[in-house]
Amino acid sequence: MNAKSNLRQSFANALNLRNGDEIETLEYRGIPQWNSLAHMQLVQEIETTFDVMLDTEDVIGLSSFQKALGILSKHGIDITA
Amino acid sequence: MHGANIVLNGCSDRGRLDQRAAELRSAHGVECLGLFANLTEPGEVDECYRQIFARFKRLDVLVNNAGILQDALLGMIPTDMVDRTFRINTFAAIYNLQQASRLMTRNRSGAIVNITSIIGTNGNQGQAVYAASKAALIGLTLSSAKELASRNIRVNAVAPGFIDTDMTRNLPEGKFQERMNSIGMGRIGQPDDIANAILFLASDLSAYITGQVLGVDGGMLI
Repeated sequence: MNAKSNLRQSFANALNLRNGDEIETLEYRGIPQWNSLAHMQLVQEIETTFDVMLDTEDVIGLSSFQKALGILSKHGIDITA
Repeated sequence: MHGANIVLNGCSDRGRLDQRAAELRSAHGVECLGLFANLTEPGEVDECYRQIFARFKRLDVLVNNAGILQDALLGMIPTDMVDRTFRINTFAAIYNLQQASRLMTRNRSGAIVNITSIIGTNGNQGQAVYAASKAALIGLTLSSAKELASRNIRVNAVAPGFIDTDMTRNLPEGKFQERMNSIGMGRIGQPDDIANAILFLASDLSAYITGQVLGVDGGMLI
């Protein structure tokens, strides 16, 4: 799987999303599942999947799928692959 | 705890930090990572945990023990003393706890020990700022314990009394004796007395204990 697919899977795992649920337009607190507790779960999923450790600012700024892509890019992950 | 790898922090003398790390590696046959960083800077704390993650991939115990003490009577407290005391005694502990709990969450286990003080629980004249900074650590301990319990991360505090350190040895003779007279057990505490309490709270011996403040003061009255 490429980075974008892995990130989709991280979101799906952390937020208990079903197959077919829209992921790339999700925003923090935009759906009931993405609350503050699930947010920390999402951070953990991303860190484990991509073997990175996010800054506190990243954790706070991770407010959408697109923002997550930007954060991964900042950490040297090739999100176009 | 025997055989645990160690991470040490220091911010004033890199050579001494490296030397101590080497001593611990040699004495205990474990890995010891010395991290030279100013823990009052959130960015430097983040970098420390990135290095811990890169090296060990996990963290089991955090001891928040960096602290300073400056006395001043109310009305004679310089603003920069308030700022410096809280940055080192309180804010640094919060930054470390934030990052450590994230690493511990990965393994759904961990123990955090915050070093507060009998001054934080009881107060003392001339030590309002120090007392406030240490009392804040108790609030941090109690709230974090509640938030992290479901992840099997325990958060406790140790509140030392009068302990034999450079700080207490520098007290004027009269003040030193006054403090000694207030200790029920009649002796000054040793650093090992505190270390043993930390070891207990860091180990599985305290597996069902969280959100507690353990006084280690020989029955000191203040």
